Amino acid sequence: MRADRPRSGRTTLTELERHRMFRRDPRATAGTATENVSAAAHLTDEQVEALGAELDAIREEVVASRGERDARYIHAVIRAQRGLEFGGRGLLLFSKFPPAWIAGTAALSVAKILENMELGHNILHGQWDWMRDPKIHSTTWDWDHVDPAEFWKRSHNYEHHTFTNIRGKDRDLGYTVMRITPEEEWRPQHLLQPLTNVGLSLIFEYGIALYDIETDKIKSGEKTWAEARPQIAATLRKIGKQAAKDYVLFPLLSGPSALSTLVANFTANTVRNVWSHAVIFCGHFPDGTETFEEERLEGETQGQWYIRQMLGSANLTGSKAMHLMTGNLSHQIEHHLFPDLPSNRYAEIAPKVREICERYGLPYNAGPLPTQYAKVWRKIIRLAFPGGHERYGAPKPTPRSRIGRAVRRAAPARLAA
Amino acid sequence: MSSASRFRDSRVARRVRAAAGLLITPLVPDDVLGTLNPMWSRSAPRARVVRVVRETPDTTTLVLRPGTPFARHLPGQYLGIGLRIDGVWHWRTYSVTSRPGDPLLSVAVTAVPGGVLSGRLAHGTPVGSVVGLGPAAGEFTLPEPTPEKLLFVTAGSGITPVMGMLRSLDPAALSGAVLVHCDRTPGDVVFGPELRALAARTGLRLVERHTAGEGRLTPDSLADEVPDWAVRETWACGPAGLLDTLAEHWERAGDPELLHVERFAPRRVGSADGTGGRITFATSGLVADAEPDTPVLLAGEAAGALLPNGCRMGICHTCVGKLQAGAVRDLQSGELIDSADQPGRPVRTCVSAPTGDITLDL
Repeated sequence: MRADRPRSGRTTLTELERHRMFRRDPRATAGTATENVSAAAHLTDEQVEALGAELDAIREEVVASRGERDARYIHAVIRAQRGLEFGGRGLLLFSKFPPAWIAGTAALSVAKILENMELGHNILHGQWDWMRDPKIHSTTWDWDHVDPAEFWKRSHNYEHHTFTNIRGKDRDLGYTVMRITPEEEWRPQHLLQPLTNVGLSLIFEYGIALYDIETDKIKSGEKTWAEARPQIAATLRKIGKQAAKDYVLFPLLSGPSALSTLVANFTANTVRNVWSHAVIFCGHFPDGTETFEEERLEGETQGQWYIRQMLGSANLTGSKAMHLMTGNLSHQIEHHLFPDLPSNRYAEIAPKVREICERYGLPYNAGPLPTQYAKVWRKIIRLAFPGGHERYGAPKPTPRSRIGRAVRRAAPARLAA
Repeated sequence: MSSASRFRDSRVARRVRAAAGLLITPLVPDDVLGTLNPMWSRSAPRARVVRVVRETPDTTTLVLRPGTPFARHLPGQYLGIGLRIDGVWHWRTYSVTSRPGDPLLSVAVTAVPGGVLSGRLAHGTPVGSVVGLGPAAGEFTLPEPTPEKLLFVTAGSGITPVMGMLRSLDPAALSGAVLVHCDRTPGDVVFGPELRALAARTGLRLVERHTAGEGRLTPDSLADEVPDWAVRETWACGPAGLLDTLAEHWERAGDPELLHVERFAPRRVGSADGTGGRITFATSGLVADAEPDTPVLLAGEAAGALLPNGCRMGICHTCVGKLQAGAVRDLQSGELIDSADQPGRPVRTCVSAPTGDITLDL
């Protein structure tokens, strides 16, 4: 078991506590006519815990059956990834010839995506620690990414996976630069967030590295310079090594093809950035994903924890190749329920999780990438402006405020269309 | 040293590796070599089984060809053998029975009832299998120069480290040495034919005691067989009961300095128990829950932690970690080690069980 998967004791809640936990705080949405209710509000305590027990059973079944088949899978992905990477880089030594450039860049892009998503993300989660292979272990793996693994593990495995979609606790909600929930107070800087998001998408790995340095916390004094300095130094060293490899050494090795190799490496890094940004944003931000009040964490039971993970995540539908290329984060719901189960098992348990959701009357948010990504963009653009939309959990306008709102909503509605 | 290995360690080779490292960062060249062929990895050394010798129904000699140059061992030492079983790496230590410098390594594996690894290695590891190799270690070795008067007392699979010594000693040193070996019947004796031939060839005196008919070895019967036992430097290996008896006897009637013992099983005191608890490994951030009496090492491994380990029975101290919080029970001595009294005290994870929740700097 990993430290990032807290299991709080099961406690019985009073009606009042349950009410507080599952309903939005009316104070947060002043002027509400119709209260927005969580999709899980209809479940009784007993149902929540029964659902938790069913999900525990799925987890136990996978843990008990992990074995040679899974080990072969991850070894095969590692071999394929390294083959693609070295094959691609080999072709790019002759990148002056367009066919070599195209094939090499494609191979390197796919290799970098696999490396970050199916390998890096999942191995750093500890999904493969059970093999006790010192080469494939969350404590020894480093990834082809400018953010050193140790910092990413802390912010992602601990903060994001523990406080998933808790407003004010899960910094992944908008990555501190965007307004992703209507509950977050609007500030003028949010007007720029569609542009911010395009930029973030292009330089996603640097964005993640910067985000993990937590400049917001340094500014607020929550994080001291003494703490931040070594982390910044380590990040700069990693950036230096990554940049030297992609933008100096391999171009130099390519001789007459130097410039085209540099462009190819830059392209592969950018393709990886845009793709991983899209997949990750589709995991938590499409319509229907819920966010939660911090007070929900108090005495949260395992069943309630599972529900928060399910309601806060969304899946992508698609082919086997699509799932592989997303590092199986296309099964974001299953990943958030069981962050440390091997990624190749998510597809296998997904039908069971879906069936449980249907039986308990819970939404199972899934859709193809273009649809989900479009919804994410629509939300980012809409929330660049003050207020919100019922779609995102904002209160429905009351008759009194309707006129004001109509005026304010005119511009974003056009943009969103 | 071969010219190939001289090249591997030369300055040029180091520069080449450093340059290759820059090109494949964050991987290291060894990762790539290991991906191409596991036998080429130096940081995770592997060996291929090239011959399997069935010594007795329970004991098998595995003859191994290491993938990369393997550091010389000393006769009597053990080394780690790892095997991936159902996707999970399992490691145990086995005595080396080949001579230092031999091109092939041999280890003798006795199947232990209920053992995960030993049964598989003894009976289910055909020629061609690849196993992991750990470094050789152990204090059960002969000094330089070899003492003039030698006595070996062994029982059952306890012969294996001594076999490594006997094969390595030159015939002059063996002449006059005595080996007292106990096993149930002549057919059960591991390396029986080889020992008898060695005795005939070198002047080594071999005393076989077949316990099915003659009963267990006692200090008196040992004195009858080897009247000058007290002046001989002695190496003993076998079941805990035999070793305890010998240690007591040397303590009482001989010179304890002259007795060297090697234990295959951790010695446990009856009263020792750990109540179990949650173990936090501070360095890796992993958490493991230990059942009562479960050593920290086993609980950690079950939770997927990568922990240093060697003999796994409290001898080699490879596995030690500093106790930062909580208390553990030493399963061998029964001692309760509490971080409140001794903060940062190193504990051997293989023979220490948590009593309550603990934190270790591993």
